[in-house]
Formats: sequence, C-alpha cells, structure tokens
Amino acid sequence: MPKMTMVQALNLALRQEMERDDSVVVLGEDVGVDGGVFRVSDGLIQQFGETRVVDTPLAESGIVGMSVGMAVYGLKPVCEIQFSGFSYYTLHQIENHAARLRWRSQGRYTVPLVMRAPYGGGVRALEHHSESRETFWSHIPGLKMVIPSGPRNARALLVSAIRDPDPVVFYEPKALYRAFREEVPDEEEAMPLSRSVIAREGRDLTLIAYGAMMRPTLEAAEELRKKHGVEAEVIDLLTLSPMDDTLLVASARKTGRVAVVHEAPRSFGPGAEIVARLVEKAFYHLEVPVARVTGYDVVIPLFSRETHYLPGVPRIVHAARQLLAA
Amino acid sequence: MPKTPIELPDAIEFLSILDEHGELDRSLEPSIAEESLLRLHHTMLLARRFDERLLSLQRQGRIGTFPPIAGQEAAHLGAVAMLRPSDWVVPAFREMAADIWRGRPLESIIVYNNGFNEAGRIPDDRNDMPISIPVGSQILHAVGIAWAIRYRGQDDVAMTFFGDGATSQGDFHEALNFAGVFQVPAVFVCQNNQWAISIPRAKQTRSQTLAQKALAYGIAGIQVDGNDLLAVYAAADEAVKRARSGAGATLIECVTYRMAVHTTADDPKRYRTDTEVEEWRRKDPIPRFQAYLTDKGLLTADAIAAEESAVQAEIQAAVDRAEEEMKRLGDPLLMFEHAYAEMPEYLKEQKEEFIRLLAETTEEQQNA
Repeated sequence: MPKMTMVQALNLALRQEMERDDSVVVLGEDVGVDGGVFRVSDGLIQQFGETRVVDTPLAESGIVGMSVGMAVYGLKPVCEIQFSGFSYYTLHQIENHAARLRWRSQGRYTVPLVMRAPYGGGVRALEHHSESRETFWSHIPGLKMVIPSGPRNARALLVSAIRDPDPVVFYEPKALYRAFREEVPDEEEAMPLSRSVIAREGRDLTLIAYGAMMRPTLEAAEELRKKHGVEAEVIDLLTLSPMDDTLLVASARKTGRVAVVHEAPRSFGPGAEIVARLVEKAFYHLEVPVARVTGYDVVIPLFSRETHYLPGVPRIVHAARQLLAA
Repeated sequence: MPKTPIELPDAIEFLSILDEHGELDRSLEPSIAEESLLRLHHTMLLARRFDERLLSLQRQGRIGTFPPIAGQEAAHLGAVAMLRPSDWVVPAFREMAADIWRGRPLESIIVYNNGFNEAGRIPDDRNDMPISIPVGSQILHAVGIAWAIRYRGQDDVAMTFFGDGATSQGDFHEALNFAGVFQVPAVFVCQNNQWAISIPRAKQTRSQTLAQKALAYGIAGIQVDGNDLLAVYAAADEAVKRARSGAGATLIECVTYRMAVHTTADDPKRYRTDTEVEEWRRKDPIPRFQAYLTDKGLLTADAIAAEESAVQAEIQAAVDRAEEEMKRLGDPLLMFEHAYAEMPEYLKEQKEEFIRLLAETTEEQQNA
C-alpha cells in the first residue's frame, strides 16, 4: 500500500469518486487550474476537464447556493471553501436550504452535496485561518458534520460523504494535511459515517477527541502509560453529527473517568453535548465529573500565542491525572 | 493616455404591449394560441378570487399567515405560460398564480397555509421547487439547476422568481454573476411590486431600474410592464428561447404592484397612501386582459360572468376538499420524518420519548 499524506489521500478519494460516478462535480475557488490552495484537487482538471472541476467566482454563498441547485437536480457537488473561516457566508444556504429541502419537500428533493473546508490551528496563519467552529454545523438538523484525523480515514470518510444522500460538511484538519503519512489502499475504501472508532484501548480512563486533536491525545495516552502506568482508552469521534454515542457510553461505563479534548471553544462546544450524553446514559458509572480540555472561550490568538490556546500533550496529561487523582 | 468612454454591450428597454387603457401595440403582440389565452384568463381570475377567499379564510382564523398576490397575476402567468413541464420553476413565496398554472391543486395551498408540511410535497411529475422564504436565497438554486441541466445536455430552463427587495441581497448578485460567468440557461424574473413590506422600491437602490443590474453581470436585461400579460409573456418567451439555445441568462424586471398586504400580519396603512393604491388599481392586469380578449372576440360580458361563477365553484370545492383532508392529517409523529435519509439513533430515541409522553398525557386527559 502506498504511503500518503492526507492531501494525497483526499485527492485519491475525489479522483476515484469522479471516475466512478459522473454526477460528482468539484467546484470552488482555485480548485481547478491551481489544484486548490492546499492542492487537494491537484490534477483533477487535467483528468476531468473544466466542466467537472469548476473554478468559481469568489463568493462562498454563491458556491454553496449553486451546489444546492445542482444537488437538487441530481448531481453530487463537492464544493471547497478555501478556509472554514470564510464558510460562514454559506451558513445561510446550509441552514435554510441544504439541510432542510428534504424536509420542506417531504422527501421529494435531497441535497447530497459535500462542503469541504480546512479548519483549525497549527499552521502559523493569519486571522480567520485557524478557527474550529464545528459546533455551528453540528447544531443543524438534517446536516452531517464529519472530521477525519488521518490520511486513511480522511479518504474513506470523504468517499462516504460524497455517496451520502444528505448534505455533509467535511472539515479537514489542515495541521494534519502534510504532518504524517499513512498507508492508504489503492482499491476503494469507505467508512460508515456516524460511527466513532476506538483508536487505542485502555481501562483506566477515556479520552474522547477528533480531528487534529487526535495526535496530542494519542501522544498523551502514550505518555500516561510510559510515565504513569495508566492505560487510557482513546476514542476518535470522526462524525460529530449525527453523533453515535454507543462507544462513548460503553467506554465511560467501563472506565468511569472521561476527558473530552477539542480545540473549539469550550462553551457550547462538542464537549458539552458529549458530557450531556454521558450524564444521561452513564451517570451512575462516572467516578468523577467529566473534564473538558478545550480551546478557551476567546478568539483563537494569532500564532505567537496559539500553542497556549490549543490543547497540547501537557494539558491532556494534566487533566487525565486529575481525573485519576480524584 | 486619453480618457475615453467605454461602450457597454446593451441598453435597457422598457416593454409595454397592452397598456392600462387596453390599447394594443399590434406590432409587438405575441402569438399565443386562443386556447392558451383563455386558459390564462381562467387562471388569472381563479388566482385572484382564490386570493380573496384565502384572505377571508385567514380573517376567520381558518388558515394561518399567507402572502396575498393580488395585482401580480400577469407577472406570474406571463412568465411561466410558455414553460414546458420539464422546465424548473424556483419560486420565492408570492407566486401563487404561477404555482396554480404549473399544476398545484388549490386545496394543497389551503392545507399548506394551515401549517401542514404534507402539502409542501411537490408531486413527482413536477420539476418545481417548494417556496423559499429567506429573501433572495433561492436565486442561486436556479443557477445550480440550470448548470446541471446544461451539464446533462438537456435543453430545459430554470426560471426563478424574487421581489424588488431581493435585489439588495448578496445572493441575488452572486447568482447573476455566476449565471453570467457560466452562461447557464436561467431566467430571473423580478417581481418589482414596489414594496418590500414598508420599504419602497426607491429605498432599495438608487439604480434607475432593477433590470439594468443585468448589464453589470454580462447577461440580458429588460424592464416590462408587469401588469401587461402580453409584455411579460413576450419578454419571458424571448428569455426562455435565449436560455434554451445556450445564449445565457436574462433578468426580467416586471413593474407591478402589490395591491394587498405584504402578508396577513401586515398593515400597509402605516407606510403607503390609499391614493397610491387607487392609482395602481386602475392598472389592474385583469380588466385590461379581459378587454383585449373581448376585442379579439374571445370573451363577452356573459362569458366573463359565467367564468366568475365557475371559478367560485372551483374554489368552494377546493375549500371543502381541504377541510375534509385536514381532518385526516395532523399526526404529530410526522415532525420526525424527512430529517435524514436514515433516522439517526438519537432521533429514534427522541421519537420514542415523544410517543411515550403522548401516550401518558392522553391517558391523563382521559382519566381527568
């Protein structure tokens, strides 16, 4: 199996889905000739031409609003928003139309579009290029919110997102775009949406994370084992909404000690929903209150201070040890 | 390095064929089959009388809030009259006459305006979108549909409706811009009815016309007398032919008037004068179209009277059917449907929770 970066793996998913199904169309700013500013769509315009790899005018609401119409007609538009910080123009089209045309038309029309956008910190970028606002999308009934954590699951989840009959917002952790390589099979591979996975098994406590936070969380789990003899179970959410809490609840019942890790701000963040589900379904198994290791409730600082904002290994280890000490 | 004028591609024209006094410009008269003319007249009258009936049903508390269309019938019907069933109509929310023309049963409109989602379903044999309430947001959908039509090698068109207020929205400009760049088979029909609730047309834009905005996006634009069915028809026919032939999109500004309230929750006396409404009443699209048909020998006073009674009977039958149908509707569990193709586990749990609660409260009520 070839070893690929996340960018290459996403590119593979787009290419194979376009080869497989001529209703798949890629559109967005700079996705064609330039191959996307992160090169996720590199080479697609050469293979599929400009009718299927569409460089659009610079207007995010336009890109997604047009994709809604394309999807209603029966195409499967995969639109790229260059940075998630510019995706809020599309919130209106997603909330008011993409996510509810199935409901409004009582099942007659569906909107199988995918909106891809890089999110999160860690790339020394300008303002508006580092936010994690997955909560916005996770709060919308009718919409799916997916965040991969590595090349292989990024490829398999993007394939599923494209084939899904409902609209999907697909956030790509840009800090991981080229951070490491994984073996990614050439042959087709898809992963079901709305399923979390156990990334590391353990019995002493549960760490729940997703996206770019999976790396520090797994590193923290390793440090906990090496330095403190603690076996942490790590769960990778993969799909934030619709959230399947089966694994979360089972793990919380097993360990009784849980920390949720995300770089999004704490209040009303994904951790709040996870804590609520655990309170509803695992309350009597919890030995201590669930910890939230998250971004603070501030605008993510410019990059000189970013590492203080983003949860890192020390903060996760610290929270885990507090859970165990209590 | 001179300063020279730039020659722009088009000028904006105003089109009027049948004026408010019933005067006809025969050189511009579109060729419409007699049968279609009579069907257009029937639908105009039906839509007007149905609108009046809906208003009275609303005042009696028998339907919820709705946006009346009175005054805009010609601007709806003239636009859609030449469309094929396979073409797409992407409406805003005040295009009831077009909706009826495209095949929506009257009872479905009553049931929908009584808050039943069931009536929002578009039948499988119609390619139209449901209403879109956030102003201007649907214009982009028409561009996407039109793009997809061309991608699939079809010669259908996507026609979208919106008001004068919508031309202030970013989505309007993005849609026209995308349509120009991609040369899609779209027709943008602006219902300039002079008022966006209380904001007059002059406060939406300093542009002399709305139609001229087409020029900035490199698409065709025309302003028509929106109360003149023949002018709307002629402009739309040209736009639809342009779209079908691959020559791109058109913006049609129909200058018309919202004779009634914005919605039944609105009081226009707060922002406009009766004199203004009276002036526009004289430009009512229906009497002048009737005069035209009478001059052509297609209608008589007796025939109009007969048509009026036929329309009222049709409306009464629809009201009866709607009230009968609504007795069978209202299963609260429907609210859990059509969120996703497959219901997520937590939503199944919420639905079960609701069913239990419903059973318990029903039991309590029965015991009380």
